[in-house]
Amino acid sequence: MASLLLSRRDLDFLLYEWLDVELLTKRPRYAEHSRETFDSVLDLSEQMATKHFRPHNKKSDANEPSFDGTTVHLIPEIKQALDVFGLSGLIAGAMDESIGGMQLPSVVAGACFAWFQAANVGTASYPFLTIGNANLLQKYGTPEIVDAYVRPMVEGRFFGTMCLSEPQAGSSLSDVTTRAEPQDDGTYRIFGNKMWISGGEHELSDNIVHLVLAKIPGGPPGVKGISLFVVPKHVVETGERNDVVLAGLNHKMGFRGTTNTLLNFGEGVHRPGGQPGAVGFLVGEQHRGLAYMFTMMNEARIGVGSGAMALGYTGYLQSLDYARTRPQGRPIASKDPTQPQVPIIEHADVKRMLLAQKSYVEGALALLLYCNRLVDEEKTAETEEERAKATLLLDVLTPIAKSWPSQWCLEANSLAIQVLGGYGYTREYDVEQLYRDNRLNPIHEGTHGIQGLDLLGRKVVMQGGAGLTLLHETVTATIHRAGAERSEVASLRAAIDRVVEVTAALWSTGDVETALANSTVYLEAVGHVVLAWIWLEQLLATEGREGEFYDGKRQAARYFFRYELPKTGPMLDLLASLDRTTVEMSDTWF
Amino acid sequence: MQSAYGGRRTSMNIVVLVKQVPDTWAERKLKADDKTLDRASVDVVMNEIDEYAVEEALKLKEAAGGEASVTILTMGPDRAVETIRKALSMGADKAVHLSDEALAGSDAIQTSYAIAKVLDTLEYDLVICGSEATDSRMSVMAALLAERTGKPQLSGARKVTVDGGNVKIERQTDNGYDVVEAPLPAILSVVEKINEPRYPSFKGIMAAKSKPLTTLTTADAGIEADKVGLANAPSQVVEFSNKPPRQAGQIVKDEGDGGAKVADFLASQKII
Repeated sequence: MASLLLSRRDLDFLLYEWLDVELLTKRPRYAEHSRETFDSVLDLSEQMATKHFRPHNKKSDANEPSFDGTTVHLIPEIKQALDVFGLSGLIAGAMDESIGGMQLPSVVAGACFAWFQAANVGTASYPFLTIGNANLLQKYGTPEIVDAYVRPMVEGRFFGTMCLSEPQAGSSLSDVTTRAEPQDDGTYRIFGNKMWISGGEHELSDNIVHLVLAKIPGGPPGVKGISLFVVPKHVVETGERNDVVLAGLNHKMGFRGTTNTLLNFGEGVHRPGGQPGAVGFLVGEQHRGLAYMFTMMNEARIGVGSGAMALGYTGYLQSLDYARTRPQGRPIASKDPTQPQVPIIEHADVKRMLLAQKSYVEGALALLLYCNRLVDEEKTAETEEERAKATLLLDVLTPIAKSWPSQWCLEANSLAIQVLGGYGYTREYDVEQLYRDNRLNPIHEGTHGIQGLDLLGRKVVMQGGAGLTLLHETVTATIHRAGAERSEVASLRAAIDRVVEVTAALWSTGDVETALANSTVYLEAVGHVVLAWIWLEQLLATEGREGEFYDGKRQAARYFFRYELPKTGPMLDLLASLDRTTVEMSDTWF
Repeated sequence: MQSAYGGRRTSMNIVVLVKQVPDTWAERKLKADDKTLDRASVDVVMNEIDEYAVEEALKLKEAAGGEASVTILTMGPDRAVETIRKALSMGADKAVHLSDEALAGSDAIQTSYAIAKVLDTLEYDLVICGSEATDSRMSVMAALLAERTGKPQLSGARKVTVDGGNVKIERQTDNGYDVVEAPLPAILSVVEKINEPRYPSFKGIMAAKSKPLTTLTTADAGIEADKVGLANAPSQVVEFSNKPPRQAGQIVKDEGDGGAKVADFLASQKII
């Protein structure tokens, strides 16, 4: 029976027929792997996700975490699922062998993890954060930190968090006030409050490893004075309970299986070493914390895009399944009431909603796997030049990989509800929960607006515009491979050329306020152009192949080029006009 | 779980019979030409109960402090290697794959002959199999092998204890269980109640690639070719027909007599 979480057929197509992931096994880092091991870990992920993550998805939504003043309570199935996950070794899938990892290519590890996100995004959040945390510390932590905190995370015994936001400083990290007081023994004591911390407190693991942004007194102002610290719930070195406590749980619209917390550091509730203050260990150098954290943030942003995609994907498959079995109405050209009703999938408008979902979720999956493939290129491409190119292209695509699925796979969930009609609006079916869960994704790990600023204000202009040039080159290369006779080629060529022109126009006046006023519109327009390119790539990969799967891919590509890419025209027109409507709006006029 | 290998036995050899079968959830069909199962057109998986057999062997090995060896024995086409790898990735030590065109279409009696011949080439204290395969559902392999090898059979085990040179099981019955004991070597079949099979770990998947896998032909195993295969099978599928399509349901409108109508329906179907 085909899964309603993701399509393994689609994954196999993207991994093996499009991205040719098997080629990676020729590189030394992945030499121990083969198609056989890739397939085995994908099988294992699907089975574990289906058997251990999926069944409690609804229950953890209906029974959100509670705090009795001492302990956070979660339904037991979450820990049971995470124990199975930990034992499998999946946390260390893509990590180095030296730390107990399997050195799976990121593109395969990403595909594996998507199964868990589709099955239960709330429970999957704990290992998601732990993997990012461990990757950061492995890169920048001292050997002592790696031994004390990273290895247990890799083994699934400790879980990790990332603590950036504060009650008064969310998107504006330059305003964080948590402070880190240096101690004579080289450690620090952390004092302050951190808000929106996912996985900040629970009894699911033996320890919680917080990565905390804080300022060392006397350092430079703003983001240049931010340092990064490991602040464990239990200090492994001394065995003491650290002075970090839960102030309260946030009660959320979705993602309810994930605890979301306000944490107090250094309030003196616990007194490690006989004094208040949370013991922290500096990661890397002082005042470079934000740069380190962005290692995790960039990985997390692709992961958030993946979560959004996975929620969209399972919603699509569930609404497709419903549409095939729900009889309602008769063909519009033959409404004979004596004839039986047809399944709603026979109606053109339902097919439109399913095609839209298909084009969003399969497009998003392809984009995310492509980005993960770039991570592998960054690590293992043969020449320094190729590795640098992969990094640059990944930098440009990351805000899109985060935002586009968060916007359009959420829309896919909305369409899934629409396909189910009244039933979709009830809690009897899953699609309403998927929508609520997915609504988080345009908010966390850098809001939609922040991603727009990142793309237009930083990524396309960095290195003298090299990022945008590389994106243009990459898309153009696909256009050349496609050949001039394809109808899709002309529209994509026009769109990507227009993106370059409009970017130049936006920055032509040197007026930053005007240039960035519509950065979200820019993000969405470029996102759609990038996805059209991804669909052209998939279309090329179907060439010479026959069967319903490939026909479906070709039709979804047709849909995207006919219905979606044209939406970018008016958006790019607006941007080119340097419109100032939003800037010139006054607070008092609302 | 008790274990008493110390001093008397330094190591125990366990052979687990594992079969590759069509996915239980897939629609399974017989081929029109030779009336055998169409294996090519469906997804294949490890026979579900065999996972419990593998798990039990691994548990016995763990209970013996690792002083045991678990060998997977599979008869099947080339593709069955996928299933063997899964068993190895769960933690089995090595595998023997009996694969030969001549075996295609063998029935249960022939299969037991072929497997018994392979067992003759192996040293074993315990042979563990699942209680039935989801494709053929004969549930006879343990009994046939016991007969062919002259070893005791302990069937339907829901619990297994190895104690010195003996194996003791709780055999599942309709009313409870029987305790059955036999000296090793013995042939054992297990039921689903016995354990919860583990998943392969990532490390297990990687390790499985380099574990010894011996492929045998009928000649290698001393199997006489004219005793196996469809043409020589003692049992033959003479005829088959596909399941008839489901009939339209009967809708009964409740006009105060719904209960009686339901009772009449059940009586007409000889259910009550």
